[in-house]
Amino acid sequence: MDFTHEHEMFRQMVRKFVQTEIDPHIDEWEEARIFPAHDLFKKMGNLGLLGLTYPEQYGGGGVDYWYNAILLEEVGRTQCGGVPMAIAVQTDMATPALAEHGNDYQKETFLKPAIAGDAVFSIAVSEPDAGSDVAAIRTRAVLDGDEYVINGSKMWITNGTQADFLCLLTRTSGDYGFRGMSLIVVPTSTPGFSVSRKLEKLGNHSSDTAILSFDNMRVPVRNRIGAEGMGFMLQMRQFQQERLAAVLMSLSGVEQIIRTTINYTRERHAFGKPLLNNQWIYFKISELLTEVEAQRQLAYHCVRRFVAGEDITREVSMAKLKGGRLAREAADWCLQFHGGMGYVEEYPMARYFRDSRLMSIGGGADEIMLRIIAKLEGILPEGE
Amino acid sequence: MKVVVCTKQTPSTTAVFSVNNGAVSWEDSGGKPNVVNPWDEYAVEEAIRVKENHGASQAIALTMGTPDSQEALKTCLAMGCDEAILVSDPSFAGSDTLGTARILAAALEKIDGAKVVIFGKQAIDGDTGLTPVQVARKLGWTPVTYVSAIKEIKGHTITLERLLEDGKETVTTDLPVVISVVKEINEPRYPSFMGIRKANRATIPTWSAADLNISGGVGAGASQADWSHVYAIPAREGSVEIIEGDSVEEKVAALVDKLFEEKVI
Repeated sequence: MDFTHEHEMFRQMVRKFVQTEIDPHIDEWEEARIFPAHDLFKKMGNLGLLGLTYPEQYGGGGVDYWYNAILLEEVGRTQCGGVPMAIAVQTDMATPALAEHGNDYQKETFLKPAIAGDAVFSIAVSEPDAGSDVAAIRTRAVLDGDEYVINGSKMWITNGTQADFLCLLTRTSGDYGFRGMSLIVVPTSTPGFSVSRKLEKLGNHSSDTAILSFDNMRVPVRNRIGAEGMGFMLQMRQFQQERLAAVLMSLSGVEQIIRTTINYTRERHAFGKPLLNNQWIYFKISELLTEVEAQRQLAYHCVRRFVAGEDITREVSMAKLKGGRLAREAADWCLQFHGGMGYVEEYPMARYFRDSRLMSIGGGADEIMLRIIAKLEGILPEGE
Repeated sequence: MKVVVCTKQTPSTTAVFSVNNGAVSWEDSGGKPNVVNPWDEYAVEEAIRVKENHGASQAIALTMGTPDSQEALKTCLAMGCDEAILVSDPSFAGSDTLGTARILAAALEKIDGAKVVIFGKQAIDGDTGLTPVQVARKLGWTPVTYVSAIKEIKGHTITLERLLEDGKETVTTDLPVVISVVKEINEPRYPSFMGIRKANRATIPTWSAADLNISGGVGAGASQADWSHVYAIPAREGSVEIIEGDSVEEKVAALVDKLFEEKVI
């Protein structure tokens, strides 16, 4: 059995936290186009939620990833995509490389406050001209004594306007390709750092997403995670956890919206009977629930392998691909079954329709997942 | 001085209550396990605060129930109680509030140094609210109900604030006391992650009837209450009548006549 009684107690605790500390504020945060990351993360840090799998020495929980899976499933239940995504950036996207490959100084200085909720992290990989094509990044760090001088910009940065630290992927040598990149922790208080602008997005409104700019930003060499030139490899490993987190969060969101649709169509009457009593609707909902269950089993398979320390690149790429497409399909059908109510902001459908679209784009687009799968299956044409 | 919080494991608030041929069931489609009685969460929080702020040496959670009530006690430990004790015996099954009070009083007498006993104001399943007062009566201690604040514990006295319908009153009484608390008293903390881990490793002792010196009868045989006729409240039947008329004035006049006729006004 994957979940013990202790896991279930933990799930109930997180569920209550989400219902009390997140759910009541979602509308306000969506409207404000930002949520109070420092305030919310501090509350989560106090409960030990931000470093479940990280070493106890730095304030982490020292437990296996199943706890993190529960955390992600439960925060994914809240009725927006923005806040869960921001939390996952802190726990699963910006800090795994630091926890796994950082030295004691780096863990003490950067990881410990992230786990405690005293510092907000962002992962800074994508650039205006390099998103899915990570090898094309141009932000450059030039060694000068015991410092790197960093110039460039990053785009689509979640928590970007609030972050205290960035886990920055930058080129430290060469011009193109996966060699010559390094991961460096950058305090945003460093002179030369600036937020160019906050981006207005289709969805995930409660999350602040920014373009960041680096102008002769001097960062100590000791902030580099791992050896120079290993950044691409570390980030690729970090991406696997990022994708797993996205899959787990998306799972509870899609199930939630289907359950909401069941309740709505059961109460909404048309032509003298509940909408749900139409075979077209209950068959489609049954199909969607079947897809969700299959996706859950794939997600849990990934978690099992991840906990066992195995490479999950193939399976998690499939789960990310499938999760994105399922979210889009369910969003479309559930909105349709809500009729006009699916098109207004009074109901959760419209927001879900917007927010769920990101799953097929962020953290590696569907097309990147397909390419990875093709490559691992040995069917990617040579030279592609 | 020790503070003891008496809790009960109840169905979760999302469970659906139903009665079938006199048999009561609480089903939760979400499969949510039984929980600490929600009213008792305030009592648990207050017990921990008595330890934190008023110098109690230990906060102990006490439950009478079936062996699976250990799960609720684990939640109390995860929130911050130092110790948990389960009182469980097949002979306790079917006890009414008086029988329950006899059992809890015997257990409390066994806890050396217990001076403050805290209950939630009632349980969400039975909803009687009687047990705290009956326990106090059995122990010969002072009962204080509807407590909304513990203001001071000094020497042999305790000063409490009670929340009443028309206001608040302050009560000072000698220790030991049995109090029941209302939800206005505090905001219960979440069980922390580390607390949950610790609680699941804890061994919770079980006291049986043989371990206690119970005075008076317990169990279904000794119960003074009779639950032979439990039924769900029938759905209320109603009807709608649309008042017709050519003008608003005419409709209002007809409505007023109707309301007089039905003795509503």
